[in-house]
Amino acid sequence: MTLTPEHADFRAMVRDFAAEKVAPHVAQWDRDHHFPVELVHEMGDLGLFGLTAPEEFGGAGGDFTSLCIAIEELGRVDQSVGITLEAGVGLGIAPLQAFGSDAQKKQWLPDLVAGRALAGFGLTEPGAGSDAGGTRTRARLEDGEWVLDGAKQFITNSGSAITSLVTVTARTGDRPDGRPEISAICVPSGTPGFVAEKAYDKLGWHLSDTHPLTFTDVHVPEDHLLGERGRGFAQFLATLDDGRIAIAALAVGCIQACLDLCVEYAGQRTTFGVPIGSKQGVAFQISDLAVMAEAGRALTYQAAAMKDAGAPAKQIKQAASIAKLYTSESAVTATRIATQVFGGYGFMEEYPIARFYRDAKVLEIGEGTSEVQRMLIAKGLGLPVE
Amino acid sequence: MANIVVLVKYVPDATGDRTFTSDNTVDRVGVDGLLSELDEYAVEEALKVVEAGDGEVTVLTVGPEQAADAVRKALQIGAHKGVHVLDDAIAGSDAAATSLVLAKAIEKIADYDIVMTGLASTDGAMSVVPAMLAERLGLPQLTFASELTIEGDTIRIRRDGDAATETIEASGKMVVSVTDQINEPRYPSFKGIMAAKKKPVETWSIADLGIEASQVGTAAAWTKVLSFEPRPPRTAGEIVTDEGDGGTKLAEYLASKKFV
Ligand SMILES: Cc1cc2nc3c(=O)[nH]c(=O)nc-3n(C[C@H](O)[C@H](O)[C@H](O)COP(=O)(O)OP(=O)(O)OC[C@H]3O[C@@H](n4cnc5c(N)ncnc54)[C@H](O)[C@@H]3O)c2cc1C
Repeated sequence: MTLTPEHADFRAMVRDFAAEKVAPHVAQWDRDHHFPVELVHEMGDLGLFGLTAPEEFGGAGGDFTSLCIAIEELGRVDQSVGITLEAGVGLGIAPLQAFGSDAQKKQWLPDLVAGRALAGFGLTEPGAGSDAGGTRTRARLEDGEWVLDGAKQFITNSGSAITSLVTVTARTGDRPDGRPEISAICVPSGTPGFVAEKAYDKLGWHLSDTHPLTFTDVHVPEDHLLGERGRGFAQFLATLDDGRIAIAALAVGCIQACLDLCVEYAGQRTTFGVPIGSKQGVAFQISDLAVMAEAGRALTYQAAAMKDAGAPAKQIKQAASIAKLYTSESAVTATRIATQVFGGYGFMEEYPIARFYRDAKVLEIGEGTSEVQRMLIAKGLGLPVE
Repeated sequence: MANIVVLVKYVPDATGDRTFTSDNTVDRVGVDGLLSELDEYAVEEALKVVEAGDGEVTVLTVGPEQAADAVRKALQIGAHKGVHVLDDAIAGSDAAATSLVLAKAIEKIADYDIVMTGLASTDGAMSVVPAMLAERLGLPQLTFASELTIEGDTIRIRRDGDAATETIEASGKMVVSVTDQINEPRYPSFKGIMAAKKKPVETWSIADLGIEASQVGTAAAWTKVLSFEPRPPRTAGEIVTDEGDGGTKLAEYLASKKFV
């Protein structure tokens, strides 16, 4: 791992910010299912959304490692705040930055990079999740405009008060071999016929913004095509590889939070006249949390370093899937252990551990389920897996 | 045009364990430290002043090697350059000797309009250095500013006292100390952290400032800490049960402690 003194200073800064601006409010926000727009602006002022964006659009031109550090540190205080940054950059800004035209970048990036606006990434549909090729949403070119019809589901940052656009995948025709041609199209918020339906009632991530989207006869200019026609699917898959490293960073934050909370609690809580941490049955489980945190961090930052060093895409892909799989499954285990260490209090919403317990599960689902990661890793190994 | 020198101090982290050295002075070497929080308000105010007009912010610290961290943090927040007075002879200096070193360093910096400081350091908390410094430099002092406005080369501050609020002003070069009410310090941004790497920091010894070793350090101190003891842990509070006479009981308690 190549963490520089600047990375350490940056980590300290985000940690301070999270302790002062996030920690005091999250329990209430979580209870109210409140999406904290003000906090997004403050994170923008701090440069968090622009970490990896080019300077000409207001970004810092920084490395991916720094983004992972920011996500980990925010996620350590609250997972929803961490995912808001992760999705804002990884799913909102990244596709535009990588595949957008100059005009598209000029139009949308400055506000996204400054945290004044957010963008969503609409891939998943009622009939297309793990099997993203099953996309049904259609877009046809008519008189210089794309006309979209269809629906997306589970889309993060897609219906907040400051969402400026959603990039969606849609079938734009059929290939000669009969398979659908899938392209990506930018749909600005407020376009007639594009509706972000009522936010989901979720098990966790209560203060993250997630909506089903419907598109009914939605017209956008032809130049809103993102990247190349027919490359939409490939582009989105490339975006997801990086996203997985960032999700791994979020999971590491979750594991670290469990570790911190348990070390403190096990030293204080006494039963039978001694702190519960003096019992091996408790202490050893907390030792396991430390191992998960360190191993998860090593996998995550190694993948991030590969990306920063420009390693071959195939290597990064494999490292990203391995990091995402290990850290997300460890995070779920870690929250289960931590809730157990807290006993009855672990089940009470007045302690943060209950929130982490609810929030962790989705780490094994979003941006590719654990099964999908195993499938990708097996393919990376050259196995003839389906 | 306002070039500002901000005094920053590296202090032990108040959330960590604090210790003392064998001569009863605060151990600044063996503990985790940071830029004194109260100095962040001075850095912020100085940046606001130069951002509204022009000029540069130089941060100045006197302290052990780790004090470079305080300079670096201030540079990351946005200050333009740093000066670190580092000399083994300085260890154990009292406020008078510290103000001498600071005054000589500020004279050496020469090109400044305002010297800005925090309200007090979060370790020594004596709050006398700004006044001593103003005296040594022969400058007017505007201390405990909780609001600051600039018109030309005149600075006006609001100083909130217990009984009254004063408005004071001065022109030309001056020393200003600010309170924690004056602004909300910004966090260093990622860009600021990267940019700080390239900002100039000079390190001076007391010889560079024309100061003799005998003028500073424990030997030259006018005051001496004779002993110290940790504050006793907080004791449990007393609970007054209200049986219809709660008010009387509270009043009696407050009177017994001479609060009323
Ligand atoms: C809170 C939240 C936010 C989200 N945000 C976004 C977003 O911003 N943008 C977006 O596009 N999507 C988003 N998603 C969608 C997410 O990426 C999908 O839910 C995920 O990819 C799984 O797809 P699915 O829900 O259709 O499950 P399915 O694909 O139906 O999978 C069901 C189960 O079957 C397993 N399975 C499926 N296929 C296989 C196989 N071939 N082999 C073995 N097992 C298999 C899966 O692993 C899973 O356990 C979000 C989801 C959630 C919960």
